[in-house]
Amino acid sequence: MTAAGPALAIAAAVRGGERSATSVVEESLAAIASGAELAAFNTVTAEAALARARRIDDAVAAGEDPGCLAGVPVALKDNICTRGVATTCSSRILEGWEPPYDATVVGRLNAAGGIVVGKTNMDEFAMGSSTENSAFGPTLNPCDPARVPGGSSGGSAAAVAAAMTPVALGSDTGGSIRQPAALCGVVGMKPTYGRVSRYGLVAFASSLDQIGPITCTVADAALVYSAIAGHDPLDSTSIPEPAGDMSGALGEGVAGLRVGIVAELSGEGIDGDVSARLGAAAESLASLGAEVGEVSVPAAVYGLSAYFLIAPAEASSNLARYDGVRYGLRVPAATAADMNVATRTAGFGDEVKRRIMLGTFALSAGYYDAYYGKALKVRTLVLRDFAAAYERFDVLLAPTSPTVAFRFGERTGNPLAMYLSDACTVASNLAGHPAISVPAGSGADGLPVGVQVMAPALGEAVMFRAAAALERAQADRRPAGSGGATAGSASP
Amino acid sequence: MSDRPGSGADVIWAAGSPGLGAPADTEWEMVIGLEVHAELLTRSKLFSGSPNAFGGEPNTNIDPVCMGLPGTLPVLNRHAVELAIRVGLSLGSLVQPSVFARKNYFYPDMPKDYQISQYDRPINVGGSLELPTGKVIGIVRAHLEEDTGKTTHMGGAGRIDDAAYSLVDYNRAGVPLLEIVSYPDLRSPAEAREYVTELRSTLLAVGASDGKMEEGSLRVDANVSVRPVGAGEFGTRCEIKNVNSLRSLGRALEYEARRQIRMLSVGEPVTQQTRHWNEDTGRTSALRTKEEATDYRYFPEPDLVPLDPDPAWVERIRAELPLLPRERRHRLAGLIGEDPARVSLVTERGQDDLALAAIEAGAAPAAVLKHLEQNLADGSGELTADGLAELIGMEARGELTSNQVKDVLAEMVRTGESPATVARRAGFEAVAAGELAAVVDRIIAEHPEEWRRLCAGDGRERKKMQGFFTGQVMRATKGQANGRDVATLLADRAGS
Repeated sequence: MTAAGPALAIAAAVRGGERSATSVVEESLAAIASGAELAAFNTVTAEAALARARRIDDAVAAGEDPGCLAGVPVALKDNICTRGVATTCSSRILEGWEPPYDATVVGRLNAAGGIVVGKTNMDEFAMGSSTENSAFGPTLNPCDPARVPGGSSGGSAAAVAAAMTPVALGSDTGGSIRQPAALCGVVGMKPTYGRVSRYGLVAFASSLDQIGPITCTVADAALVYSAIAGHDPLDSTSIPEPAGDMSGALGEGVAGLRVGIVAELSGEGIDGDVSARLGAAAESLASLGAEVGEVSVPAAVYGLSAYFLIAPAEASSNLARYDGVRYGLRVPAATAADMNVATRTAGFGDEVKRRIMLGTFALSAGYYDAYYGKALKVRTLVLRDFAAAYERFDVLLAPTSPTVAFRFGERTGNPLAMYLSDACTVASNLAGHPAISVPAGSGADGLPVGVQVMAPALGEAVMFRAAAALERAQADRRPAGSGGATAGSASP
Repeated sequence: MSDRPGSGADVIWAAGSPGLGAPADTEWEMVIGLEVHAELLTRSKLFSGSPNAFGGEPNTNIDPVCMGLPGTLPVLNRHAVELAIRVGLSLGSLVQPSVFARKNYFYPDMPKDYQISQYDRPINVGGSLELPTGKVIGIVRAHLEEDTGKTTHMGGAGRIDDAAYSLVDYNRAGVPLLEIVSYPDLRSPAEAREYVTELRSTLLAVGASDGKMEEGSLRVDANVSVRPVGAGEFGTRCEIKNVNSLRSLGRALEYEARRQIRMLSVGEPVTQQTRHWNEDTGRTSALRTKEEATDYRYFPEPDLVPLDPDPAWVERIRAELPLLPRERRHRLAGLIGEDPARVSLVTERGQDDLALAAIEAGAAPAAVLKHLEQNLADGSGELTADGLAELIGMEARGELTSNQVKDVLAEMVRTGESPATVARRAGFEAVAAGELAAVVDRIIAEHPEEWRRLCAGDGRERKKMQGFFTGQVMRATKGQANGRDVATLLADRAGS
């Protein structure tokens, strides 16, 4: 099969002995070094990556197959645990902490021959949409360094957009993979909740968090997804059914596929340039034989409100453990309780504190029913409305972000404006459904726009099928020589 | 009034000061509900693989999950669920689909600063426990949760507020607990102790817990209130923590009842509080009031899926349950026509199977019960039911004196031999009870003058002559006769 993305191309070349993993990793490390001003990485594990590359080269020389990601450099969001390598969540409170274990996804990447080259910057504890909440400073958008890369997986999206690594993993709690992918002009995919093990992902909101790939192409995303997905006995919420190989779905085309544009996520509050790209994407799918229509998911309009109760509530509990007793930062004080307060006051940034307070309030006696309890009911309604929509449509279409990448500082003074960045993405998290953001051309100031393909639970195959068709349609429309991240195309 | 508890035999008494609070002649009764935390006998912890073991070096039985390290996730221990179900079925609870919840509060010995527990959907709801007296105590629920670590406060008064520093041992963190909550059906410290004893026996019988209060594997919190006898409403309760033995439970309850009665008698209201029992001072002291109580912000644990045990599995567990202490009492009591309370000592010692088999083999039930209660307090060892039945037969036929029976029984417990074998080796056959009487009668006939002096003499003379006859009998039996048996026979023949 012709390689349809840099990751597929690298793996094929390394497995075939045409390229050494060492040269691939050296190139990646050089790109990371020359793009240092983007601040995409918190940690670069150059030595370990080169050592692994040599082992993969030795394996190839010995006639062994290192796996489907042979020699592919991978950047990990800094909330994915790596044994013996600092995992900070871009927070002062975890600075210097080294997990004694690898996350399940890290083990699976390694087993497939992938090579971790470093840990990427993010909004602190994945709370934010711009990486401006990182305790170590923001990551710059490779498309325009005056603008945010999106978030919270901003470092991962920037690393892929700047061609530092062909693959990065992010985590998506309310859009944190898809939104930065859209703002940086790359592909970002959130699997069905439970498809990818959360073991070793530092929790933000446990019922919403999901790890997924950020890549240059849909085919690369499908490749990485298949490598990291599947049942894990260490995660009780992991789905038992095997994830399967997605490569077959990619070329199927969309003839006869029913595609619904979600009315509630594509009208009010969406910038004109973004709406225009969504319309063009829908048209291109229709021209390929898809049956495109509009669909209503009424509860989606309440999604953001429900999300900003459920996510902070779970976060307020998940982040309680950073108390200065066992690991990470400790600010000494006279009593254990005072030490606790001093440590958390110094260790957490403003947005994390804001969400801990929101969540603590939402769970408090006397308020639980009005806030957390009601948010859970909305979640049920979102599921119900999605179920109705999927009776009529195979996949749904919506913008990924209401706007293109915004400038630094533009929304930091107004948390609610920042929260609106997630307006189009949170519904998939509440429902636990898979969704993927695909580059869909340029909007204002020539900045990338992403379009989101959503599918029902376990509907990754049909989601990839529609996303691949959308990607091909974009490539066909793009004037020759315009470049972009796509290294090759599978289209005839 | 002194703050020290009195002898404390009975907490229902007349108390009060005239003109204040309750009338001086008010009789009070206690209302007690118990929360028992039992550590379950699993090999590993509730949500992770490290050993569930007591007494290891600090922080050796730990792993990333039970330490709550970032990124780790809980995985439920199936054996813990099975043990919880066994207990639930033993208590007659409804075993239902349940949900784990997070109980949020900050404490250094709780690695995640929340405890995974069960809240509005516990695994076992309802049920009851029948005490040996026949009184039935209602069970509210029995739910699964994880234990915390242990904090030792160093320096100061050993309390968290004034310690110089604190040491935390996480070996216990994540050990599976079953919290068994009773209704406030208990009315005295003695009844509370009976309840804990019966519950402990039940937990041991089904293999759910080792029930060692001294090692903390069985812990009791008590909710106590008092009210005038006959009152319909409950009084304001206090929760007593840190009760580490059955004896402490009784003492703490008595102290607390007296404290509350003293307050109410002078017109002072009892405030709802959590109180700490201090074993050394014999007092309870306030830990926190209701207003200071933590808001635990319970919500469903998103890292675990709802627990919905397969009904077939539950039925299999039910079918494999052993006989419970209550069933054992009723079985033995039914067979011998006694009250269940009368046989509870035997069933608590686990000797009812032996009793039943001995009765089956033909022994008189009353004699069996007597020997088990009086002579087998330290266990029945190698004793067989047939042997016991045979021994009781020999005793009934007068082949052995009662003292010989005791000696033979002790030897049977040690060796498991038949009573005939043991008696023969000890030479007891020659002086079987019937024969001893014949020897005594012969010696009386041979010494009429001495016999007259024994019968007619004063205390001193009588004692002297008793010594004479005992010596003669001993000589005749080569020392095999039992002195007390001889004395009994002499007294019998002398008609005194």
